Amino acid sequence: MVAVADGHGDDLKYILVSHAPDSDSWWNTIKNGIALAGEQMDVSVEYRNPPTGDLADMARIIEQAAASQPDGIITTLADFDVLSGPIRAAVDQGIDVIIMNSGTPEQVRDVGALMFVGQPEYDAGLAAGLRAKGDGVGSFVCVNHVISNTVVAERCRGFADGLGVELGDSMIDSGQDPAEIKNRVTAYLTANPETDAILTLGPTSADPTILAVKDMGLDGDIYFGTFDLGTEIVNGIKDGTINWGIDQQPFLQAYLPVVVLTNYDRYGVLPGNNINSGPGFVTKDALGKVEEFAGEFR
Amino acid sequence: MADTPQAVLDERLKEISPLRRALIRPELGGIIGTIAVFTFFALLAYDSGMFNAQGVMNWSTVSAQFMIIAVGACLLMIAGEFDLSVGSMIGFAGMMIAIFGVTLGWPMWIAILITFAICTAFGALNGYIVVRTGLPSFIVTLATLFILRGFTIFIPQTVERKTIIGGIREAAEGDWLAPVFGGKILTGLFQWFGDIGLIDTFTRGNREGQPVVDGIPMLIVWAIVLIVFGHLLLTRTRFGNWIFAAGGDAQAARYAGVPVNTVKIAMFMFTAFCATVFAVCQVMEFGSAGADRGLLKEFEAIIAVVIGGALLTGGYGSVIGAALGALIFGVVQQGLFFANVESSLFRVFLGVILLLAVILNTYIRRLITGER
Repeated sequence: MVAVADGHGDDLKYILVSHAPDSDSWWNTIKNGIALAGEQMDVSVEYRNPPTGDLADMARIIEQAAASQPDGIITTLADFDVLSGPIRAAVDQGIDVIIMNSGTPEQVRDVGALMFVGQPEYDAGLAAGLRAKGDGVGSFVCVNHVISNTVVAERCRGFADGLGVELGDSMIDSGQDPAEIKNRVTAYLTANPETDAILTLGPTSADPTILAVKDMGLDGDIYFGTFDLGTEIVNGIKDGTINWGIDQQPFLQAYLPVVVLTNYDRYGVLPGNNINSGPGFVTKDALGKVEEFAGEFR
Repeated sequence: MADTPQAVLDERLKEISPLRRALIRPELGGIIGTIAVFTFFALLAYDSGMFNAQGVMNWSTVSAQFMIIAVGACLLMIAGEFDLSVGSMIGFAGMMIAIFGVTLGWPMWIAILITFAICTAFGALNGYIVVRTGLPSFIVTLATLFILRGFTIFIPQTVERKTIIGGIREAAEGDWLAPVFGGKILTGLFQWFGDIGLIDTFTRGNREGQPVVDGIPMLIVWAIVLIVFGHLLLTRTRFGNWIFAAGGDAQAARYAGVPVNTVKIAMFMFTAFCATVFAVCQVMEFGSAGADRGLLKEFEAIIAVVIGGALLTGGYGSVIGAALGALIFGVVQQGLFFANVESSLFRVFLGVILLLAVILNTYIRRLITGER
């Protein structure tokens, strides 16, 4: 993932550090986004992640990135305690930092980053919850495949608050294995037949959940919302299994920071606010472009 | 009369040439590997920041992490056993400290000591089950891997409804024991290095003027202490001989009066102790414990030990070799980034190094010992 600068002769170099384990396919869009931005802006870009998703390893990667003296670091803030130290140290060395994907505006200010580009998770969950309430939903199950990431769980909390119900035992720890996810969702829906809605938090949990719902003959019957998009999710929206997908537009989360940093370094211009890349609801009505680029740029 | 000195020599003593003595050492492969790896990166990444103060501190810290768990894994492997629960133990120990120190609000030194007690007890349990049942330690500790990881997710979910518990740094403030794991030494020296321009200093923020590397973290000190302790234990004590004997041929060792079971259980406890040291240093540095900490670290420990020349079948190996293996592992892992190699290729490179190291070590050993 290296695009070499030529033409500008300013050799700008940006490193994106994510918290995603290698197995998480959602981040492929991020890789495509940063690669395209590097090409278009004519700068060098690199993508780094801890192979197992271990956040302490991620902190070391940020320290390592800072030691290599890039012009900017783009990173997620998946755990403030672990990552704020290394990020602040990078900022204090004069490296520009943009936080993407995970983190709150307060935390971003606190570490001295330029801005936040992403989807405020709780707000996105709340918006989804309010929408579902309007559609007559009263109870739900939240299928959480990243139980160790507290930020992602905020989506479930926001959704519960939007519906006006207690989260309680509605959030299940599904694990990352597709067969396990499918079985757990099936087991939950069998044990709790009165459940109105399913919320999944990404393709990892959504894809097997679609299968579970179809196997149980509940497709089109149970209210099904999901975060993020992927080929299976788009197909699910198309055939009516899924009511909506919330797109936080990962492409923009990777693409925009590179554009912002490059223009900041070259011309000193900088947007005045954080950039919300989501939530955007994707329903059956607007599927054309989404379908074309799902899993690649969407 | 005096022209036959050999006659008075004991027949069990045999002259070995210094070259042969050097070649027979298990750490030979580690030494060659270390030189090769540093030469490789000196050529490929010399101006990338890998060898500035910050870069050196970065790969030293990562290597020190590997070293801490490799020392335990090495002694255990020489004693003829494995521990696959090391990674889970790291996550579990960190979480215990968070539960005792933050959730229950106990003083940090009590939290740390109790965590050490619980974790070494789990190590003892591993060892006890292995020696009692005669099952392979591979299976027994694989079970512990899942048991500990399960608790590490279940306990914080139950008591805190989340899987990352923060606030450990704040809870450890003013504690007398916490700095032994999370502190830094020689800070004055590094400030002086910064003042005379030997190390870069921060250019802005509230640490302006301070050096970017402001001391040696206790993590590295622990790594050195454990290596020295492990090396002396193995090579200078009777217990060290027992470890070799227990791993070489347990039955023969028993006949010779070696308390094999005690030795093995003690080594399982020591491995758990090392994992706990790793975990305490980690939570003190980063201030939080997460349920996914330490994933796959058990294999990283074993890789370091094997690169360092130890035999998977036990009875042969050295702590210095394991430490060098950890250094190679750390330098390669971090160095490939500085050398601008795509991160997914790191595993390919690591696999190749592992394979070469094992082949080289085995070849040398066969050459020397004449076994086949």
